[in-house]
Amino acid sequence: MMKQFKQKLASPAYVGFMSSVITILAGLLFGFLLLLALNAPAALDGMGALLSNGISNLNSFAKVLYQAAPLMMCGLSVGFAFKTGLFNIGAPGQYTMGAFCAILLATQFQMPWWVCLLGSMVGGAVWGLFPGLFKALFNVNEVITSIMFNWIGVYLINLIFANLPMTLANYWGATNSDRTADLAKANPDAMIPRLGLDKLFGSTYMNISIFIAIILAIVMYVVLNKTTFGYELKACGLNKNASLYAGINANRNIVLSMVIAGALAGIGGGLYYLAGTGQYVLEKAILSRGFDGIPVALLANSNPVGTIFTALFISYLSVGGSAMQPNFSTETVNIIISVIIYLAAFSLLVRNLLGKAFKPKATKEDKQ
Amino acid sequence: MSEYVIEMLNITKEFPGIKANDNITLQLKKGEVHALLGENGAGKSTLMSVLFGLYQPESGIIKKDGVEVKIKNPNDANDLRIGMVHQHFKLVDVFSVLDNIVLGVEPGKFGFLQRKEARKKVMALSEQYGLQVDPDAMVEDISVGQQQRVEILKMLYRENDILIFDEPTAVLTPQEIDELMEIMRQFKKEGKSILFITHKMNEIMAVADRCTVLRKGRCIGTVNIADTNKEELSRMMVGRDVSFAVEKKPCQPGETVLEVRNMVVPSKLHDNNAVKGVSFDVRRGEIVCIAGIEGNGQTEFVYGLSGLEKITEGSIHLCGKDISHSSVRERSIDGMSHIPEDRHKHGLVLDYTLAENMILQSYWKEPFQSHGFLNKNAMNEYADRLIEQYDVRSGQGRDTIVRAMSGGNQQKAVIAREIDKNPELLIAVQPTRGLDVGAIEYIHKQLVAERDKGKAVLLVSLELDEVMNLSDRILVMYEGEIVGELDPKQTTVQELGLYMSGAKRKEA
Repeated sequence: MMKQFKQKLASPAYVGFMSSVITILAGLLFGFLLLLALNAPAALDGMGALLSNGISNLNSFAKVLYQAAPLMMCGLSVGFAFKTGLFNIGAPGQYTMGAFCAILLATQFQMPWWVCLLGSMVGGAVWGLFPGLFKALFNVNEVITSIMFNWIGVYLINLIFANLPMTLANYWGATNSDRTADLAKANPDAMIPRLGLDKLFGSTYMNISIFIAIILAIVMYVVLNKTTFGYELKACGLNKNASLYAGINANRNIVLSMVIAGALAGIGGGLYYLAGTGQYVLEKAILSRGFDGIPVALLANSNPVGTIFTALFISYLSVGGSAMQPNFSTETVNIIISVIIYLAAFSLLVRNLLGKAFKPKATKEDKQ
Repeated sequence: MSEYVIEMLNITKEFPGIKANDNITLQLKKGEVHALLGENGAGKSTLMSVLFGLYQPESGIIKKDGVEVKIKNPNDANDLRIGMVHQHFKLVDVFSVLDNIVLGVEPGKFGFLQRKEARKKVMALSEQYGLQVDPDAMVEDISVGQQQRVEILKMLYRENDILIFDEPTAVLTPQEIDELMEIMRQFKKEGKSILFITHKMNEIMAVADRCTVLRKGRCIGTVNIADTNKEELSRMMVGRDVSFAVEKKPCQPGETVLEVRNMVVPSKLHDNNAVKGVSFDVRRGEIVCIAGIEGNGQTEFVYGLSGLEKITEGSIHLCGKDISHSSVRERSIDGMSHIPEDRHKHGLVLDYTLAENMILQSYWKEPFQSHGFLNKNAMNEYADRLIEQYDVRSGQGRDTIVRAMSGGNQQKAVIAREIDKNPELLIAVQPTRGLDVGAIEYIHKQLVAERDKGKAVLLVSLELDEVMNLSDRILVMYEGEIVGELDPKQTTVQELGLYMSGAKRKEA
């Protein structure tokens, strides 16, 4: 009985789950200490808001789901590239290109939502293609090229938007010209369907994007773990020489991997801006959501299914954080959230420690 | 004062699913060469890693000069004057020889490296022991034998007097091996104690005083070399009688399978070609061996044949089909199997499971693939069959991560996969490198069996014994050219050595 129980404790799934819980609790505790240090009287309320706001009402919960969807896509993008041995730090650029294509198709060309979403996928894929090609053909490090492409992407689309009046808000009756059009006015058909979910939740943030993201996460899991294509990609990532020896076309896989990673991030951009609640603001820095994909992927150990949960977790924290605002500044809230995420990243360390602690003592005799 | 400088008493070390060391006791006398013998995976390296502080044992104690010590990391080991030459050298390739030797114990003044002082000491040691090295050469530019000298000098520089050699001769030429044996004898004379890990009986008989034999993590016994012989040692090690001679029927070559004409392969290291216009045939039912000293173009030769590297001139025909510019996969489909020189670099994806590695080249074929999906059942069945048939041992069977397996079993897995492809041509590059006699015997039998089935076998080997015992025809490679074709029945090791060192070549 005891032995069975111990074996269960030692199973990788349980150890993985426990280590995540422990590190998250440690992060929350540390965050609380920080709050105490910064503004002791408001610390308890602040922590309460951070932890409970995400489920305090349906509107907040809708916001959690709404933010989680694009975050999940960026996490999938980074995680997919990681699995194949590439560091896709270009997710922000691909995300931006996805957003650009979606907005362009929605406003300038008045396309329905699904065309816009496919467009965002293509936009992101193209932005992943270039770093992939450079890596495969000239062995240029993908980190360098994709960082450059982040900036190229941002300024390029600012330039294009500024020269296409139909894409901007003031064309559709608003006063400001520094942001893209409000889709509800410009092209309601381009908004991602809400299927009555907005009424159910009583929130305009609610649409089907979270379901699209979850489905794509599961699809990516299947691609990586069940298909020959995933087998090839992972082999290239783990040992490029062995994959060459096995007759796998490693260069083709590098390009494909970056294209797919780009497409995922691009869809993320599409999902966010096609919701109709956010407008793209010109002349701003790189959208940080792409970078947020990196912790999302790392926390999930690049597992696509894990990404679903880590994206929800981080989104939940950021929605909770927004409720702390009168007492704590945005910067403080960001520090707290970052500390929690940072500590959560230690889950791998804790996982190893737990694995050792639960290791069954009796081993099979002489099995080698 | 104890008779022993180092005592490892009742050491037990476990890894998931396996007891690597089970209650092992090893006692090293002052001034002796103590051999540690055992099959791959018997636990030799684990035991030495425990002594060197890389692993902590679950139970057991270590004593130095009769006093119990705790060795938590290699620095502790160094403080106890324990030094180790690892099987895979731990050198910084882009540092000079001198810098490598002093690394970690740099003599310094105000944070500045005192190279002059270090150089004096290194040169004195080099002179004293006849270990010639160029202190200013970059490690990446010097030969493997010289790199080993650097490793030995590192130990001497640290004034270690307990020296561990982990399979030091696996990478050396016969001459270099003789030199190393001489150096070990000299160390012994000076009262240094040596632990010598090896598979090679001849070397144990030549230099060792005593020998401890491990089998499957257990200590089988310690014997005096003077009272024993090769046969007894191998019996202790493997648990049964081992034949050193390869039994094989006379060769009956059939039609030509591989036809290479004037093949040229460029070098990655320098501007010259690594393989300079090589021509030869391999026929059905024969084992042709490419002999030569390491670094004479064999690696590039195999890359060119297998398609890992493009050939710039010449042609390759396999069963009459021109494959000069085919891809690796096309060559594989046409009937080429390749047991690569470096199983970690090319042969295996170490973080994949055994089952996943078994289908490394065939994952895209039926029944492993259907509609783009991997068929797990077919994969598992196939892996189980190969594991059973080729006796590949591992902690968790087909689900074992290959990285956790012993070198010998990793190699068996590669060989199982390559032979089971049922190829026309089997290219085996150093298939027994770093393996124990039991595994070597097994692999040699497999290669001969393939030959007898009418396959063409091309063996590339640095081991003279293997070349002489196994091959039906010997081609000697020297500086990228084939300088001689010999019949193993009519030639001697000495003559082969002359060709290999470039002292003799056939008249063109």
